[in-house]
Amino acid sequence: MAQAGSEHAADDVLRASFDVGYTYQRLVGPVIGEFLTGLRDGKMQGIKGSNGKVICPPTEYDPVTAEECSEFVALPSTGTVKTWNWVNQPRPNHLLKKPFAWALVQIDGADTSLLHMVDAGSEAAMKTGMKVKVRWAAERKGFITDIECFEPA
Amino acid sequence: MSEQAKKVELIECPIVLNYNFSAGRAPTQFLRGMKQGKLIGQRSPLTGKVIAPPRGACPESGLPTTEEVPLPDTATVITFTIVHLPIPTSALEPPFIVANLVLDGSDQTFIHLVSGCANEDVKIGMRVKAKWKDQSEWDYSMDNIAYFEPTGEPPVDIEALKASRLEEAKRFLKAKAETK
Repeated sequence: MAQAGSEHAADDVLRASFDVGYTYQRLVGPVIGEFLTGLRDGKMQGIKGSNGKVICPPTEYDPVTAEECSEFVALPSTGTVKTWNWVNQPRPNHLLKKPFAWALVQIDGADTSLLHMVDAGSEAAMKTGMKVKVRWAAERKGFITDIECFEPA
Repeated sequence: MSEQAKKVELIECPIVLNYNFSAGRAPTQFLRGMKQGKLIGQRSPLTGKVIAPPRGACPESGLPTTEEVPLPDTATVITFTIVHLPIPTSALEPPFIVANLVLDGSDQTFIHLVSGCANEDVKIGMRVKAKWKDQSEWDYSMDNIAYFEPTGEPPVDIEALKASRLEEAKRFLKAKAETK
């Protein structure tokens, strides 16, 4: 799909914004599907790996042994910031319209981390090891943005 | 099962690339013509062939094309396809016809819609004419032409058309050489 609008430029060459879009849809499969269904219902879930470790977000296969995972584990909506990066000037496509952190959040009870945003207010409020909790989106549809972001717990 | 109780199976993950497109000088001239309801091609100084819509250079020699050639809004269907899938941003209802057309007096094809007749009646070599939108809607856009519709003239033999175009280009080059 393409959309264009035209305007005059100082050098008399026509210019126009031109958006090229690909309307991809993705089948999520049984495991991510279950995870997203949980998010829609306000529940955090991980999955048990073959070594007993809990993987969150869940994967279909154990990252080490490649064995199929199937045992879901209910998790709380709290976690710990393992590492983070501060975004001073959000880009137009960023969902938070004010400075925020991208962070790897290890959900309590999980052994792996989830990439998401942390709305901490300021960079000074961010700390590796800080406790955070999920801020659920008001309207949820079964998507990763059902977690609006994390916020300091 | 209610929508809420259904397990999530599919997610929407569109990718949108936001370009600032610069038309360049030759397409700008072409689009200025379109704004006034005119089709203007450019002639290659090397081959004598007419390029419409022009890109500013002869595709065979790379030489800049500067000579403008006004063209009529009649064309011939060189090839076409019937599109059966809807285009998300288009109001067009499939099945519709996208055709590769060559304007009369031009040597280069371009893509546009063919409508105004049953899809089954569209044939290679069919003669068509631009169906312009209302002038109040004209912009710097090829979309000023809603689609091309059949003129009712007898179909054209594509090989004969190609041959006559080559003759035309040769005549032009010969005349040009003689005036020098």
